[in-house]
Amino acid sequence: MKERSPVPSLSSVSSAAIALNRFGLGARPNDTPPANPQRWLLDQFAHFDVLPAAYATLENAGTIIKRYEKEQVANRQMTGQENQADIKVARHDFRQDVQTLYRAAVQARTDSALATETPFVERLVHFWSNHFCVSADNPRVTAFVGAFERDAIRPHVLGRFADMALAAEQHPAMLIYLNQIQSIGPDSNAAARNPERKRGLNENLAREIMELHTLGVRSGYTQADVTEFARALTGWSVGGLGADKSPGADPNNFMFRPGQHEPGVRTILGKRYDQDGENQARAALFEFAHSPATAIHIATKLARHFAGDVPPPALVERLATSFTTSHGDLPTVYRTLVASREAWVAEPTKFKTPWEWTISALRGTGRAQVGNIQIAGLQTQLGQRVWQPGSPAGWDDIAASWAGSGALLARVEVAQRLGSSIGAGLDARTVAPRIMPGSLSDATADQIARSESAAGAIALMLVSPDFLRR
Amino acid sequence: MIARRQFLSASVLGAGALFVAPGLALATVPTERRFVFIIQRGAADGLDILRPYGDPAFTGLRGALVGDDTLGTKLDGMFALHPELAQVARMYGQGQALFVHAIASPYRDRSHFDGQNVLETGGNQPYAVRDGWLNRLVTMLPRSTDAAIAIAATIPTALRGSVQVASYEPSALPHAADDLMARVTALYDADPQLHPVWAAALETNGLAAGVGASRDPVSLGRLTASFLTKPSGPRIAMLETLGWDTHTAQKGRLANQLKGLDAMLAALRDGLGAAWSQTTVLVATEFGRTAAVNGSGGTDHGTASVAMLVGGAVKGGRIVSDWPGLAPAKLYQQRDLRPTSSLDGLIAGVAAESFELDHEKVGRTLFSQNTIGRPMSDLLKS
Repeated sequence: MKERSPVPSLSSVSSAAIALNRFGLGARPNDTPPANPQRWLLDQFAHFDVLPAAYATLENAGTIIKRYEKEQVANRQMTGQENQADIKVARHDFRQDVQTLYRAAVQARTDSALATETPFVERLVHFWSNHFCVSADNPRVTAFVGAFERDAIRPHVLGRFADMALAAEQHPAMLIYLNQIQSIGPDSNAAARNPERKRGLNENLAREIMELHTLGVRSGYTQADVTEFARALTGWSVGGLGADKSPGADPNNFMFRPGQHEPGVRTILGKRYDQDGENQARAALFEFAHSPATAIHIATKLARHFAGDVPPPALVERLATSFTTSHGDLPTVYRTLVASREAWVAEPTKFKTPWEWTISALRGTGRAQVGNIQIAGLQTQLGQRVWQPGSPAGWDDIAASWAGSGALLARVEVAQRLGSSIGAGLDARTVAPRIMPGSLSDATADQIARSESAAGAIALMLVSPDFLRR
Repeated sequence: MIARRQFLSASVLGAGALFVAPGLALATVPTERRFVFIIQRGAADGLDILRPYGDPAFTGLRGALVGDDTLGTKLDGMFALHPELAQVARMYGQGQALFVHAIASPYRDRSHFDGQNVLETGGNQPYAVRDGWLNRLVTMLPRSTDAAIAIAATIPTALRGSVQVASYEPSALPHAADDLMARVTALYDADPQLHPVWAAALETNGLAAGVGASRDPVSLGRLTASFLTKPSGPRIAMLETLGWDTHTAQKGRLANQLKGLDAMLAALRDGLGAAWSQTTVLVATEFGRTAAVNGSGGTDHGTASVAMLVGGAVKGGRIVSDWPGLAPAKLYQQRDLRPTSSLDGLIAGVAAESFELDHEKVGRTLFSQNTIGRPMSDLLKS
């Protein structure tokens, strides 16, 4: 008997299709399959639009939060006590504002993914956004999630890892999400002024930076290292939020508060940090960002994203070396990835996430704009609410986590809806081979051709085993 | 494994109520006449719908599909109507239903997409014409001051064109149609990763369980009638039905399909009330199916089929047919019912008579490529 591979025998995928679908966000019916797929990917670095039109009009989250806090204060002053009814109304309005902002940000992200001419870089934005995850678990964080990706991730996706890490850790979204704004040095001036308030250190951000964002779990740091780093991080905060009365403080931006910073020299992972103020944690963060442990951590995640749930060790090693020798220069790491045969294996390496599937379905049916399709609600139905994995670890990148039966049935229903909204406006028989060039299986092509309606054929194309994977 | 397969086939059969695509499109014109076009997507089998039991070759070709059940309502010495079309049979008895058998569009190949495109555009080649004949018909009528109703989803090809028309979708998230579910199941069956996930999805959800009341054929018929009876509402409607592609187990599947169609037509009649006397409903499909039954109790893509006219305006109680016969030498390419009537000619004729327009002019406007010969006449009560 012939030995069976644990991986299902899947149809072969062409290099052009790999470039378009595995590295990109899905082909569009009018895309010409790239003659030189690797060149096509690398050429995108020169054309990436950091701030696409879709993002430019997003409202500032911090301003909304500050307005809400002012209302609360006014309510208390007006009534001389906490008026529960008024506060309830204000809170309700605030939550609605935040949801509106969240949905607008999801639409902007989608529009950007549909219109982009640099889909590989856009995919990397989504990758890094999930790596430096802020989960929309409460209204304050929810308000910021769109701005976080726009301001902390996009500008650095083609830069150095350390710069992206700094932007992410200093973004209001992260500082609020991981409770950094509550962290006060025990021996700081702020603590001394209000001894009765007993505010102190919060280690959350310090721990997640080390465990999730840079070094990786079980990479050799101790609890003492985390605590020391947390001390170094004190004072990292957001302008204008909470009890802050400092004039001109911008609630949309990072602010260092020297009064909250724990004085003194810190020793983390055996290295001494004697910098003043903000620069202390910044120096430690840069040290982490350039650590060999971080190189392996990032390399593993990139390999898993592009080469399959079980990352090939040789690819991880090559990416890590590239990361280290280039001092975290991300385009250099991407070039190593694009040059690696493990990322180009002709079998699909990944079952698409709900987000990837949705974007590729919209692109594959020729949509350049999201229009009136509400993507936020759609992603919730498909099982992965955008920017809300519910954990600072982000979504794990393993298909079993999202390829459930209910989610699969929902894809079929959504596909039918997409198909019926297009109807006879698109011929799946001609589109399918264009968006899966050289890769469409005979079985899928056959079933598409036999579908009893044009709309049904489009739906079938979108939920075919070929299209569900990349 | 066996249990699962039984479950799947039972689900597909039992979901007959889903056969209606949630697609209803409407056009507004100032007239008291109503015209409804119901398309049967998937190539409905005319030989099983209006059975030529008087043809000596019929039993040999089709006996297995009829089996021991009743042949249906005998309309004359040659034809019997499928037993599930009980309401239609009653309409026929009241002079409100007319059938044209062995009819086809100019299309002679066997692709659903292309066949539907030819049927809906009125071209004689797929994709040769961009807009639809039903939209061009609207251009021939005086414009209403009342704009068309607009409620989302999609306009079928037959109603696409220069005149703005409305479409309505009864429910937000449609359950997947039978045809899609069956094809998805076939593709996932061969996929070791997707197969168990999909089997679980089907078991936990149960295909028929979530059928919303608003999407069943009766509700759709009623809904259509409610639009058509609004004082300044639309007077032209198109309904899409899916699920006619009966390659396997046709006996049960077609019975379900026809039961739904019959209920939809009755609901339309009842909902229209007094307006039924002003109404003509055309039911047609893109092409027919093979004369002989295939190896899995179904039929494959063929050529000619049957078209129906029902409604109070129809000069019914008649079958119009230049019957070509089912003997092997009489079949089209030795396999299909041979077309002897032009579907385009029927459409042009019924459209002209519905709105009291000139037959020739309607023929030229709806079917510019002059493949129809003369539009049929004497279809409706004058």
